[in-house]
Amino acid sequence: MTFRKYLVLAGVTVFAAAGDSMLSHGMKQIGSISLYHLQGLILAVLNPWVAVGILLLLAFFASYMNALSWADLTYVLPATSLGYVLLALVAKFALHEQISLLRWLGIVLISGGVGFVAGGEALTSHGHHQTPPFATAAKDGAADSEVASAVSGGAEQ
Amino acid sequence: MRQLYTWGGILVVVFFSVVGDVLMARAMKQVGDVHELWRRSGLWTVVGRILSTPTFFLGVCGMAVAFFSLLFALSWGDVSLVAPAAASLTFVGNAFAAKIFLHEKVDRRRWIAAFLVAGGVALLAG
Repeated sequence: MTFRKYLVLAGVTVFAAAGDSMLSHGMKQIGSISLYHLQGLILAVLNPWVAVGILLLLAFFASYMNALSWADLTYVLPATSLGYVLLALVAKFALHEQISLLRWLGIVLISGGVGFVAGGEALTSHGHHQTPPFATAAKDGAADSEVASAVSGGAEQ
Repeated sequence: MRQLYTWGGILVVVFFSVVGDVLMARAMKQVGDVHELWRRSGLWTVVGRILSTPTFFLGVCGMAVAFFSLLFALSWGDVSLVAPAAASLTFVGNAFAAKIFLHEKVDRRRWIAAFLVAGGVALLAG
């Protein structure tokens, strides 16, 4: 993991949280849109909060795809779930909302999950163009799984 | 009956979210490490490679269907049930699907992470 890759993961987290909250803020300013007046949706884009929210969500999508190109799905998803924690902390400190004990417990669980996954390897799937040389050398299924478990065992220490 | 509809809606959302995420992950693995590709042959090669990967468009379709089914599910059931249930079940569903379809090595560490995050999201969004 390089510094640049950590930046991409941080981008996924921050862009998603910021984009969602801006979109939600803008849509609340606009009010509800009726199914019979869908042109309201097009006008919604003219709201600056909604426009910036959409740009941020595009940035989220680009960094999400970037992260998936070099890391496992089961690594990227938990690693970027800190966005939920970020939103709760923004609600607490910027919007002065109350956070119940259950929500604090939720924050602790998510942070624990992120800590667990971040300590391991980012990429484990086979059939990738960057397959490590030892995995291709070990054609035998038993040898292959031995190597894989040795690798993961090393990562778990 | 209404509860059945709500849970049916949640399961549909989870299904399409998982399908979209898995297809997108597979598409990006087919494209290869974007950092390296960009450094070697420039941004337009990266864009071209992504746009010529059919799995990418299938993934986008899956994600779009998931988004719209979430809107429908939200109109049937309570936000306080649908949003956290769908988000947290998606984390667990993705761990299963990534193990089966992407052959990721989901070891104990990753299972614990998936369940901790799923539980945390359910508490935080509930």
